[in-house]
Amino acid sequence: MNMLKNVGLGLFLWGLAVFTLIPFLASYRLTEELVDSEVKEIHREKVKELLAPMYAVPYASTYSFLHAYEGLMDTYNEVLKEEGRWEEVIWEDYGFLLAKAAMQGPSRNQPWLCLLLSLGSCMGGGLLFHLAWKKEKSPGGAFAGIFHSSLTNRGLLGILVGSYLILFYVILYWFPAYFVSLVWMVDPLSRFLSGGPASQWFLYGLVYTLAILVMGIRMFSKYAGNRYQQLRTASVMFFQTAFAFLIPEVLVRLNQPYFDFKNIWPLDYDFFFDYQLSTFLSSGGLGLFMLVWGCLLIVVAVPVFTYFYGKRWYCSWVCGCGGLAETVGDSFRHLSDKSLKAWKWERWTIHGVLALAVFMTTLTLVNYFSGFKVLGDLTNQVHAFYGFAIGSAFAGVVGTGFYPLMGNRVWCRFGCPLAAYLGLVQRFKSRFRITTNGGQCISCGNCSTHCEMGIDVRAYAQQGQNIVRSSCVGCGICATVCPRGVLKLENGPEKDRIHDFPILIGRQTIQLKK
Amino acid sequence: MSSTHFVILGNGISGITFARHLRKGNADAQITVISGESPYFFSRTALMYVYMGQMKWEHLYPYEPQFWVKNRITLKQAWVTTLDVDAKKLGFDTGEELSYDYLILATGSTPAFYDWPGQQLQGVQGLYTKQDLEDMEASTHSPINRAVIVGGGLIGVELAEMLAYRKIPVTFLVRESRFWEQSLLKQEAALVHQHLLAQGIDLRLGTALKEIISDPQGRVGAVRTSQNEEIPCQFVGLATGVKPNIDFLKNSGLNTRQGILVNSYFQTSARNVYAIGDCAEFEQVPADGRKTIEQVWYTGRMHGETLAANFCTSPQPYAPGVWFNSAKFFEIEYQTYGVIAVEVGEDIQEFYWEHPGGKIAFRLQMDAKGKILGVLALGFRLRHEYFDRAIREGWSGLKVISTLHQANFDPEFFAPHHVAIQKSFQSQMDVSFPLPKKSLIHHLFGASS
Ligand SMILES: Cc1cc2nc3c(=O)[nH]c(=O)nc-3n(C[C@H](O)[C@H](O)[C@H](O)COP(=O)(O)OP(=O)(O)OC[C@H]3O[C@@H](n4cnc5c(N)ncnc54)[C@H](O)[C@@H]3O)c2cc1C
Ligand code: SF4
Ligand code: SF4
Repeated sequence: MNMLKNVGLGLFLWGLAVFTLIPFLASYRLTEELVDSEVKEIHREKVKELLAPMYAVPYASTYSFLHAYEGLMDTYNEVLKEEGRWEEVIWEDYGFLLAKAAMQGPSRNQPWLCLLLSLGSCMGGGLLFHLAWKKEKSPGGAFAGIFHSSLTNRGLLGILVGSYLILFYVILYWFPAYFVSLVWMVDPLSRFLSGGPASQWFLYGLVYTLAILVMGIRMFSKYAGNRYQQLRTASVMFFQTAFAFLIPEVLVRLNQPYFDFKNIWPLDYDFFFDYQLSTFLSSGGLGLFMLVWGCLLIVVAVPVFTYFYGKRWYCSWVCGCGGLAETVGDSFRHLSDKSLKAWKWERWTIHGVLALAVFMTTLTLVNYFSGFKVLGDLTNQVHAFYGFAIGSAFAGVVGTGFYPLMGNRVWCRFGCPLAAYLGLVQRFKSRFRITTNGGQCISCGNCSTHCEMGIDVRAYAQQGQNIVRSSCVGCGICATVCPRGVLKLENGPEKDRIHDFPILIGRQTIQLKK
Repeated sequence: MSSTHFVILGNGISGITFARHLRKGNADAQITVISGESPYFFSRTALMYVYMGQMKWEHLYPYEPQFWVKNRITLKQAWVTTLDVDAKKLGFDTGEELSYDYLILATGSTPAFYDWPGQQLQGVQGLYTKQDLEDMEASTHSPINRAVIVGGGLIGVELAEMLAYRKIPVTFLVRESRFWEQSLLKQEAALVHQHLLAQGIDLRLGTALKEIISDPQGRVGAVRTSQNEEIPCQFVGLATGVKPNIDFLKNSGLNTRQGILVNSYFQTSARNVYAIGDCAEFEQVPADGRKTIEQVWYTGRMHGETLAANFCTSPQPYAPGVWFNSAKFFEIEYQTYGVIAVEVGEDIQEFYWEHPGGKIAFRLQMDAKGKILGVLALGFRLRHEYFDRAIREGWSGLKVISTLHQANFDPEFFAPHHVAIQKSFQSQMDVSFPLPKKSLIHHLFGASS
């Protein structure tokens, strides 16, 4: 068994190494024709002229290529900026497009092979490893040992993995040109699905989906015999693969707007941005349907489903961020901060982001309906700030990069504006609660330790109180890990859902609470 | 002028529950909680999870340090060695003294050993205190070949699970002819027995410990059993029960038997001195079918609540309601409500159902007229509220079973075992009632049990 495990681990590490190496196996040769085909018409002639020194020069690395490109462009722009000729400055960054076009390397020549050797190997190895590990695992439930592992107890391994993820996100969001060779690797797949070339976002979407699928399969076996865990995992796997990954690509193939039918404003923060609205309005019936559908999700689906089932219907059954957190992030859930102080922070930050998203959207719409006459600049600045600080830095870098350091739901707990909205409904108008089983709680604290949202479940359970918290995503782990069968996620009548003065069952006479 | 000083000796669940509730009802009292073991209240019940890397020590604290400051509960970590009930003073091992107006003794238990030769050897221990956990960690840190556990009860199983997690082979000696004889009947004991074997535990029934044999270094090297077999081992866990922790009270003049004797108001023989939790022994059983000493978490909590209420409102005698308890044997959960007799007389009617998989079972005991006395569940969860009511109101077994779906406490989408139980009840008891309809979800996902 140990052998299989090692083979699995070996394959996984091999795949990871290849994946990491591919960006370094790229060389570049730029030609005038390439500039011709990649650069917008208004800049074409100028850029052709500017980049002339690069033609026919071989570049052995992404860095040297981009360095040369940026050097030439900056010199040109700098002068214009100094002279105040703002109109002529070329703000567009053609780095990614030109690098992609000019790149040579194995991932362009043998994309399928590279894909197999990197991501394919990672997937196969990961599955094999888990299978073998599961077989030889010593007794003790699914949670034993996590604080003895360097990976899941903020040890060196955890820090390394966290750093790798953070680096990945930083490059993805701010230096995507360094990923062009990885993008070439998935180019054929993109053309197969949507008919178009791959971008860094296609690469990201693919890696994301595969990660959810592999780690989802791991969930099935980790929570063998637990139907609630298995079903919700199957659900996030389905929504990620079909709704977030495949359907948008197919829409593009059909010349329709790229659209994720399960993404809801304000998580989908640019849903009401002018370019989105124009796309919807200019894409005929389906475009209009998307607009109406998106609005219905906000005003009907969120309140109605949350009323009946709690926010879990979205956060741990449908959402892509939740999907990643619940599969890839599953082993890190116990790293969330349980202190009262963290709870206080959480309420400020998450509602702060919600307020910001609402403000930004209102501004955008006012601007849109006034025909871009007022507040144009401010709107753009707010968009840029939100996209950078919230959309990329918070949701991506911190949200996922910090899994091994702060737990798997940092974004969902402290930042997601949709979670804030769902949470308000869940807290004040919902049938969902976690019921405490009378007096059975032994205050052991397993529930609190493993709650990914940092909810101190024990504080409620040991008083016989139902757990009604806006942040609870209904992952059901507290109920799974409780050794005394104390917790049950339930939908029921609103009456008596919240008891302020719980009475523990088991003694006859006293009524302590006034 | 000074406010009344309540001194609570012991910061376990009983002492702490008392302190918290006293503070809720009395803003002025001066409250001091003393314990030598740990400055803060921790969950003794979860010691095993720390050893198994499922929790860290700090997760055992149900309250943050700030909580005690906010509630003006003074914590003092020190060992008390003497009690002078006339002078109303406690004496510490440091020679220091502390006066009280009211003293609440909540000193808990200590493992009961039975004078086996060699029980003082290194590597031999019980599991009760923080220190025990640390000792066990030290004794099993470097690889050992075998551990022996003595005593077929709940702590014994926890020890077995802990050691198994570290991949240490375990021999489990149980003197009785079945596992946990005082609470399980034949079928349930056999079911748990099978499960333990499946986990690789070498469970030996009808086998007692005779002596513990030293190795040349003065550590445990082997045990000898009542069958005269010598089992080499490097660790021995003694889980042969607990006894009230009252040795330091010997010269205090308090009336004690096994525990500190109290009446139904938790009053001891000394004025203004009370005892609650594991260390208290009632002069008379507090209710029918109950025992004079009950050493479980829930009763400690109820004692604390009740005594605090008695200080805050008009005193009422302790009147425990329907008995309940729960535990876990590796992966199999156990819950019970009401009284399950292990010696089944003529006057008891029984119903037992077991899932063919051999990991799930249900037992119902009724009196001769068919009224519910108690239930026991293995491998699935039942709703406390439902059975508390059924037993208090004296429902018939038929009524309990025919509405059993309301008692289901398993997570959503789990196989609805109540259906199989209801069908089995109908045929075993030869009765009929309409079965509740399966929901669509259960049709889609629920395994036919
Ligand atoms: C491993 C384990 C698992 C358990 N699991 C369960 C379970 O699942 N369900 C259940 O119902 N029960 C369980 N129990 C039993 C339960 O923990 C006890 O019934 C309960 O803790 C008793 O609480 P208490 O407040 O009476 O005393 P304790 O928790 O024992 O607290 C007494 C405290 O007083 C201190 N003290 C005593 N004498 C002195 C002194 N002279 N000076 C200073 N300090 C002193 C002790 O050091 C101790 O800290 C378990 C026990 C153990 C050991
Ligand atoms: S309270 Fe329970 S169900 Fe809710 S998020 Fe925490 S662990 Fe998940
Ligand atoms: S895990 Fe269960 S028994 Fe332990 S504290 Fe939480 S609710 Fe109570």
